Amino acid sequence: MTASPQTPGIVAGRLPSAVVADNFSDVAPPLTAHEALVAADRCYFCYDAPCIAACPTAIDIPLFIRQIATGTAEAAARTIFAQNIMGGMCARVCPTETLCEEACVREAAEGKPVEIGRLQRFATDKLMAAGVHPFSRAAATGKRVAVIGAGPAGLAGAHRLAMLGHDVTVFEARPKPGGLNEYGIAAYKTVGEFARAEVDWLLRIGGIEIRHDHALGREVTLEGLRADYDAVLLGVGLGDVHKLEVPGRELVGVRPAVEFIAELRQAADKSSLPIGRRVVVIGGGMTAIDAAVQSKLLGAEEVTIVYRRGQERMSASADEQEHATTTGVRLVYHAVPIRLEGDGRIERAVFAYTMETEAGLAVSEETFTLAADQLFLAIGQTLAEVPAGLVLEAGKIEVDGAGRTGLERVWAAGDCRHGGEDLTVTAVAQGRDAAMDIHAQLMGG
Amino acid sequence: MADLRSEFVGIKSPNPFWLASAPPTDKEYNVRRAFAQGWGGVVWKTLGLDPHIVNVNGPRYGAVWGADRRLLGLNNIELITDRPLEVNLQEIKAVKRDFPDRAMVVSLMVPCDEESWAFILKKVEDTGADGVELNFGCPHGMSERGMGSAVGQVPEYIEMVARWCKAHTRMPVIVKLTPNITDIRYPARAAKKGGADAVSLINTVSSITAVDLDSFSPEPSIDGKGSHGGYCGPAVKPIALNMVAEIARDPETRGLPISGIGGITTWRDAAEFMALGAGNVQVCTAAMTYGFKVVEEMISGLGQWMDEKGHADLGAFTGRAVPNVTDWQYLNLNYVTKARIDQDLCIKCGRCYAACEDTSHQAIAIRPGRVFEVIDAECVACNLCVNVCPVETCITMERLEAGTVDPRTGRTVEQRYANWTTHPNNPMAEAAE
Ligand SMILES: Cc1cc2nc3c(=O)[nH]c(=O)nc-3n(C[C@H](O)[C@H](O)[C@H](O)COP(=O)(O)OP(=O)(O)OC[C@H]3O[C@@H](n4cnc5c(N)ncnc54)[C@H](O)[C@@H]3O)c2cc1C
Ligand SMILES: Cc1cc2nc3c(=O)[nH]c(=O)nc-3n(C[C@H](O)[C@H](O)[C@H](O)COP(=O)(O)O)c2cc1C
Ligand code: SF4
Repeated sequence: MTASPQTPGIVAGRLPSAVVADNFSDVAPPLTAHEALVAADRCYFCYDAPCIAACPTAIDIPLFIRQIATGTAEAAARTIFAQNIMGGMCARVCPTETLCEEACVREAAEGKPVEIGRLQRFATDKLMAAGVHPFSRAAATGKRVAVIGAGPAGLAGAHRLAMLGHDVTVFEARPKPGGLNEYGIAAYKTVGEFARAEVDWLLRIGGIEIRHDHALGREVTLEGLRADYDAVLLGVGLGDVHKLEVPGRELVGVRPAVEFIAELRQAADKSSLPIGRRVVVIGGGMTAIDAAVQSKLLGAEEVTIVYRRGQERMSASADEQEHATTTGVRLVYHAVPIRLEGDGRIERAVFAYTMETEAGLAVSEETFTLAADQLFLAIGQTLAEVPAGLVLEAGKIEVDGAGRTGLERVWAAGDCRHGGEDLTVTAVAQGRDAAMDIHAQLMGG
Repeated sequence: MADLRSEFVGIKSPNPFWLASAPPTDKEYNVRRAFAQGWGGVVWKTLGLDPHIVNVNGPRYGAVWGADRRLLGLNNIELITDRPLEVNLQEIKAVKRDFPDRAMVVSLMVPCDEESWAFILKKVEDTGADGVELNFGCPHGMSERGMGSAVGQVPEYIEMVARWCKAHTRMPVIVKLTPNITDIRYPARAAKKGGADAVSLINTVSSITAVDLDSFSPEPSIDGKGSHGGYCGPAVKPIALNMVAEIARDPETRGLPISGIGGITTWRDAAEFMALGAGNVQVCTAAMTYGFKVVEEMISGLGQWMDEKGHADLGAFTGRAVPNVTDWQYLNLNYVTKARIDQDLCIKCGRCYAACEDTSHQAIAIRPGRVFEVIDAECVACNLCVNVCPVETCITMERLEAGTVDPRTGRTVEQRYANWTTHPNNPMAEAAE
């Protein structure tokens, strides 16, 4: 090994590959069978349980936990998958502390909720490991549906449609399916090839064809799809990122965090990835946290997240923030970059402090400088250009409650659609619900 | 400091905690270690005549578990001692010599003839043991050979054997009763009639703990077959408490010393048995689950509680709950209570609602924001909501003051005590005085 955390510049191999491999192992290891029984026993089997309402996919949580407690984790998995076909991924990536587990009455009682996410993983892992796909298709309806995007929204929709007997073609711009499950989620939340394995497992329903390297607006058009298919479901996610409008943004070493993360997710040997000695991340969401934490795990000496508002406004949950700080990431609040400096490559970032005022965020005169040889922008993703005829609302596709867009026979779900948090579980819920509405409309005549 | 010294049918021990006749008291090695750990006495594992019996060579125990694999109930198909009589007798003698302050009672089970009993009693007397316990309780194996519960289920046999024993020994005779009988008072009365100094109860309850759903064999499975065993441990405590109370308050056996056994796991269980009339207690499963050390908690716990309550010695609380055990017909029907939910403690799980709405009296309402409230006009005070609520003291039963109107019945609550015997709906009601 030649490099160390102190080696200047952006270099690979700052840590021995065994250390990197260990750093990227499962953050929340699976429960053993006995641990699962103990954890399941804590569930009170609440009446009209608040956790169900807090889950965007409304999984019957008390029921699946009772099924685990009585030794039938496979039945528990069926309960989960019936509502959420990506229950396996959700069990790993959901910010449960702001969803089901926040609503758990034991959180109110003792500040220690039932470990719903980990129990969900226990059950879903078990059925998937057994190689069982618990659903089969209804009789063919002869209807054909085009789904754009093989992310959680698109695949959840495709699965439900296929199950109801429709034939589904998924058009996916990238060479691999999964969307951000494959290219975005932090590596230590979904270790191994789980994202890929989950898609393969999901496709076992049959009746779904994925056409990779087929992008809407490139290989296919919405007009053409509307002509060829009975319905179209858009699940294109957010394909673009906000730009940073400051001098020096073109310097080498400055790039969107999502790009870095996608590269990281695709790297078989993570220690082969080059990473800066001093990494600065701009932003306050899940993407900022993931970019910062993973930089640190690759061996960056110093990693700092700079967020323009206060801690309480960060969209990353308290648990995620804590995960960052315990990994050794420094969080700086109330500051915005005003200038990036360096000779061709970034060397420094200059920040100004901000203040919350009645009129909004104000930038003060006071500044500070952070040394940086790499800077990641995680200041939000945006919708890429959408086909004509779709109406936008706050930068996303406008839909009604069922996910119908303004265009006849076109639905939208997931991050690209207005309404709901940008989460895997929300994308799954919306994809599923859009599919149900498509089904109702196609079969209603 | 509370005085824990115990005297039971003249047998002294430094505390009321004895190990019941079972594997913990099976041999010298165990009993020496038990005494070193602080147990007040033991009832030696049941002796029989030679040739000694044999045990199965497969598993002896089945179990029922609660959360985190906490052992709630244990079931066994073990028989009496499977070692030669002489070996046991020598060991008993040696241990008693070295621990003169501890109670050494020897459990016995021999065929139902006077000669056998006379023979073994003589042998036990020679060891210097303090007393004998007649095992009329074992519900498996031995009962098939006309011993154990086969005797314990026939009051006439109990009386006969007890009489023989009293005639052949000067040692105190304790008769151990089986719970596998409809009314425990009959065998207790028989023991008393036969001259027994005390009864001890309960022995194990006939049971099958589980069935293997692959092999369809009962557990524990011996080569694909199982036979019923004897159930013990925390699960049997309520059954044992009731049987102890029944004997304690029966006019025919009142005052007969009782050694309480069955599911005693903590000092609190022991105190409850004693409050219901047991002069001391015996423990088996708790020791088999956690080891001899549990007696340290029992001693410190009982002592602390007695100090807190000002009970100077065991006699100060023994039997204190007996007068409060009564028949249903004498319960006060003018004691009217309503469930009260403490909204500050409520965690909004809704279990009380599900229980009351689906299986009781539809007396809990859900108000906006998951606020659960008792509807007094429907609440019959059954207590189910209290029992299913996961938060201790969140739901309580509160008494309606005399003079207030019970919104359920529309009747004014009366101060006076009134029970079923005088109730107008009772066809056999006595005229109220
Ligand atoms: C770094 C990062 C970390 C995250 N971590 C979490 C987390 O821990 N927990 C959580 O719940 N959520 C997390 N999220 C959010 C979550 O990943 C998304 O909300 C979710 O993936 C949205 O699903 P989707 O199907 O709407 O979009 P995507 O997952 O983005 O999928 C869209 C798919 O459409 C394809 N596509 C796009 N345009 C076209 C086109 N024109 N033609 C054809 N195909 C196209 C894309 O290639 C992609 O496969 C994270 C997001 C990021 C960026
Ligand atoms: C494995 C085992 C063997 C037992 N053997 C005897 C015995 O030989 N003689 C006897 O009187 N009781 C025997 N018992 C019954 C116990 O002495 C005791 O009455 C019963 O277990 C209830 O007490 P507990 O709930 O504390 O275990 C045995 C119990 C067990 C678990
Ligand atoms: S999908 Fe997510 S939010 Fe819903 S129950 Fe599972 S872990 Fe909780």
